[in-house]
Amino acid sequence: MNHDRYDDTYIRAILSEVRTIAIVGASANAARPSYFVMKYLSERGYRVFPVNPGQAGKTVAGLTFVATLADVPEPIDMVDVFRAPEHVPAVVDEVLKLDPLPKVLWTQLGVRNDEAAAKAEAAGLKVVMNRCPKIEYGRLSGEIGWTGVNSRTISSRKPLRLGEGVQRLSIAPRGPKSS
Amino acid sequence: MTDETSAPPREPGFSTLAIHAGAQPDPTTGARATPIYQTTSFVFDDVDHAAALFGLQTFGNIYSRITNPTNAVLEERVAALEGGTAALAVASGHAAQHLVFHTLLTPGDEFIASRKLYGGSINQFNHAFKSFGWNVVWADPDDISSFEKAVTPKTKAIFTESIANPGGVVTDIAAISAVAKKAGVPLIVDNTLATPYLWQPIRHGADIVVHSATKFLGGHGNSIGGVIVDAGTFDWSATDRYPFLSKPRPEYSGMVLHETFGNFAFAIAARVLGLRDLGPALSPFNAFLILTGIETLGLRMQRHSENALKVAEYLAAHPKVEWVSYPGLASDRYHALAQQYLPKGAGAVFTFGLKGGYEAGVKLVSNVELFSHLANIGDTRSLIIHPASTTHRQLTDEAKVVAGAGPEVVRLSVGIEDVADIIGDLDQALAKV
Repeated sequence: MNHDRYDDTYIRAILSEVRTIAIVGASANAARPSYFVMKYLSERGYRVFPVNPGQAGKTVAGLTFVATLADVPEPIDMVDVFRAPEHVPAVVDEVLKLDPLPKVLWTQLGVRNDEAAAKAEAAGLKVVMNRCPKIEYGRLSGEIGWTGVNSRTISSRKPLRLGEGVQRLSIAPRGPKSS
Repeated sequence: MTDETSAPPREPGFSTLAIHAGAQPDPTTGARATPIYQTTSFVFDDVDHAAALFGLQTFGNIYSRITNPTNAVLEERVAALEGGTAALAVASGHAAQHLVFHTLLTPGDEFIASRKLYGGSINQFNHAFKSFGWNVVWADPDDISSFEKAVTPKTKAIFTESIANPGGVVTDIAAISAVAKKAGVPLIVDNTLATPYLWQPIRHGADIVVHSATKFLGGHGNSIGGVIVDAGTFDWSATDRYPFLSKPRPEYSGMVLHETFGNFAFAIAARVLGLRDLGPALSPFNAFLILTGIETLGLRMQRHSENALKVAEYLAAHPKVEWVSYPGLASDRYHALAQQYLPKGAGAVFTFGLKGGYEAGVKLVSNVELFSHLANIGDTRSLIIHPASTTHRQLTDEAKVVAGAGPEVVRLSVGIEDVADIIGDLDQALAKV
């Protein structure tokens, strides 16, 4: 598929369907995007497993690092990759050895490797590249508008609050529930 | 899978965005119009949430100097209308320029600016910015090669207006963008006079757009405000020349903003390294008034441009008028550029010269009755000013002429009243000149 742009429906379906996310290249450093993306996704209700051999066994923000994807203790729905483009093929090889196979391969802002993506797609995975799931979640829920970012969505329906706090919104379908 | 909330299959049109972009019903009350969040501060969900907000790790509100939900609707709306990735609303157009240059320049750096600008910008660049060590190098928008010649290793940005105030100068944005790209610096375009309804500079290569929202965006002469739009097009990490964006920031525990925020990193940097620390925040009440104005931006700009063309035609035929500088006139030197960049109209602001010189200008502004003699532009009301005795008074005589504000020059901002009344007022006042 074309990876230059993605329809909102494609991104929204992925972020609505996946529940378990493994983050390859996650950091324990709070100033790194790979740290706060995992924390943000965890706070939005996803089960998040940070993967980084240098941090294995360490628990940060309530999340325990594992060394490799194979060490994640439950089936993974989505693998989010914080590694430079040249390292993506090796990650894909690891992903394709998992049983059951994950449904989605996602690579972060600035990370794109079309060859590795094609290999994952051939195995039946959906692929998103050069995007951040935190930014996409915030864009589709409406949260990102609080920061003046163009969400490229318009809606006459009320955004949905998520959880008990006042400053969290959900990407769940809005408006009256269909019967 | 069916998805009730999926994006529409086509991009919404300008007037739909002008009414809806950024404004969803309020998630707590269901209020449909954008509420005025007239509050300094916002409660945190818990201590961890507070820490995440202060560390830029999650989206949300802390304090209205940094973000405010009313201002955020204005920001998203202008970003959408300009075709940018994000925007930042600030206290005035001058504050917008201050924050843009603060994000890009360090002391000793240079930027190139068109010499045909709003007089207030010429003053800001020549005097206030010099005291920060940001050195302006002037170039001529009628001679694109002058921009190329002005580039030095210290150049960090190029600045121009789309339609220049006061003279109705139409700038060849695509040509200047080519110079900026070759020099590896961002192009900043002040789009105040055109508004995104008439012209979207990002489509022609602008990397950053600034507005005095005080003018046509608000449109009713009731609120001062400014907006910065990030086009999301410039690669801040290609060199180490823009350390606010490409280097770890000590203000945020070593975070790298471009890496973290991607194609809206400039808007974030202007907010968290500029607005947060320098402080020119926009009042939420002003943001509300400007938002209300933007809902009718397309309708107003159509009428402004139609009226202005008729007034320009009237003046061009008047025996006491020496010249009219309106790019909508077929005889105008900028008409070809206007046809290229401004097919929907050439805007409302232009100048004309009186045969009677300085004295005639003073007499004209003293005798109008419908026109208001004041220093603003972009109001529903028709406005008139004699720049040589007011807005451009502080410039030298030579600089006045270069800026299009010579002694005989009168500037109009044609309003959206009935055009017969506008022309009637000029007619009676010109009779007394």
